Amino acid sequence: MKLEVSGLSFSYSDREVIKDLNFQIKEGEFVSILGASGCGKSTILKLLTGVRKPSSGKILVDGEEIKGMTGHFAYMPQNDLLFPWKNILDNVCLYGRIHGGLDQAREEAMKNMEAFGLGGYEKSYPSSLSGGMRQRAAFLRTALCQSDILLLDEPFGALDVITRGEMQDWLLSMRETMNRTVLLVTHDMDEAIYLSDRILILSGCSGITCELSPENPEGGRSREWLYSQGKLRQRIHREIMGRRLDENHL
Amino acid sequence: MAGRKRKWLAPAVTAAGILAAWEAAVRIYQIPLYVLPAPSAVLSSLGTEFPVLIRHAGVTVAEALAGMGLALFLAVLLGIIMDAFPGVKSGIYPVLVVTQTVPMIVLAPILIIYLGFGIAPKILTVVLMCFFPVAVSFTDAMGQMDEEYVHLVRSFGAGKWQAYRLVKIPAAVPALVSGLKVSATYSISGAVVGEWIGAQSGLGYYLLRVKNGYMLDKVFACVLMIVGLSLCMNGLIRLIQMAALPYMEKKH
Ligand SMILES: Nc1ncnc2c1ncn2[C@@H]1O[C@H](COP(=O)(O)OP(=O)(O)O)[C@@H](O)[C@H]1O
Ligand SMILES: [Mg+2]
Repeated sequence: MKLEVSGLSFSYSDREVIKDLNFQIKEGEFVSILGASGCGKSTILKLLTGVRKPSSGKILVDGEEIKGMTGHFAYMPQNDLLFPWKNILDNVCLYGRIHGGLDQAREEAMKNMEAFGLGGYEKSYPSSLSGGMRQRAAFLRTALCQSDILLLDEPFGALDVITRGEMQDWLLSMRETMNRTVLLVTHDMDEAIYLSDRILILSGCSGITCELSPENPEGGRSREWLYSQGKLRQRIHREIMGRRLDENHL
Repeated sequence: MAGRKRKWLAPAVTAAGILAAWEAAVRIYQIPLYVLPAPSAVLSSLGTEFPVLIRHAGVTVAEALAGMGLALFLAVLLGIIMDAFPGVKSGIYPVLVVTQTVPMIVLAPILIIYLGFGIAPKILTVVLMCFFPVAVSFTDAMGQMDEEYVHLVRSFGAGKWQAYRLVKIPAAVPALVSGLKVSATYSISGAVVGEWIGAQSGLGYYLLRVKNGYMLDKVFACVLMIVGLSLCMNGLIRLIQMAALPYMEKKH
């Protein structure tokens, strides 16, 4: 297993947000955690990166337990968090700057600019880019980390529907060439179905209540294929809404 | 362009009106020079005294720049220390605010007692006046920044101090520059106050001398010089901002 989480719990002051969370991700797998807003998705990623400390439980990478900030994860935050005082090239080379390989990172970044739809914008400041481009830049910054596992926190949540769709298509096409282990958290059901090998449904303190694997159709996934996934969508909807109804009846 | 013109027009007309009334009053009522000089008299003595004024201004500007530099250095240093150690901040910050209420005109003579009549007490006066706005705006900006930025660089493997260099300080620089603009405007006045108390050169020294001689036209000329220099200091910071922080331009 690339990543194993077992018995993970966490509270903000005295409110328990994550309780006894368990899941596993294989090498090269693309896994989504799907859950409503406020159910603790961002918190899980913060526990993995070590920004927050769990009150109990273990995190294992390649079978070894890790603690604190270890650099195993390349994190992409919910907002793009590009530095307004740096141009796009310097922004995406953040990892290289921190770890002393700036020249190499620049070279690597320049090779990728075109594929990330940022060609010609190397010297532009983030404020002059569109929302979609900023998000792609934030993604490139994360992809240029030499860490094993990418953690994406609702990467397209702040975008309008059309741009979000384009970005999902783009990420799907990148998936094949990138070939890295990815953990995506999202509240968008279609996004999870469209992009992932496996979907974990998170229901707050009840932990992960359901696991689903969308099929991989002949000739690859497409929007047409996504629209035909009515049954899967229905199941996910029942799973999430059913839990909510149960909780409300308690 | 039309909007810009209109913005300038109203204050210009107001100033011209006041100057014209002033000039007329002095001429009609024949007010003597030692009571109120006419604007024309002020302008002509600004012309004749210009070489002397410039020599004194050089001294004052040097003190102001040295004081500003020192204030900037201290403000950044203390700002980072206060941000990194919240205990230090809660101890120092309130005291800092209280010290600002002590009038400079009281402090300046005391500084001269301690530091003598050289350049040191003048620079220190400038530091005391300029330090506060810079330190406060810088510290507040660091305290209020989105901590997600720090989380991001920390998760990328940056250490605590690296996070300061990479995000905290750069994110607070625009606020620092705003504080500097305020300070820069004060800095000349600060140096002049220091010189006024005791000096052998500088605009404050010149001001005191011509005041004691009842040469009010020269007093006013010197005041004009001080106003002009203060605006220039402010402009200097603006220039530095435009050159060093191009990203701030596009935002507004
Ligand atoms: N810094 C914090 N302090 C206290 N409570 C927080 C903090 N951050 C998030 N929370 C709470 O924890 C819960 C989970 O938050 P989060 O992980 O951001 O959810 P999600 O990303 O799924 O929307 C929410 O109810 C939120 O209000
Ligand atoms: Mg979130």
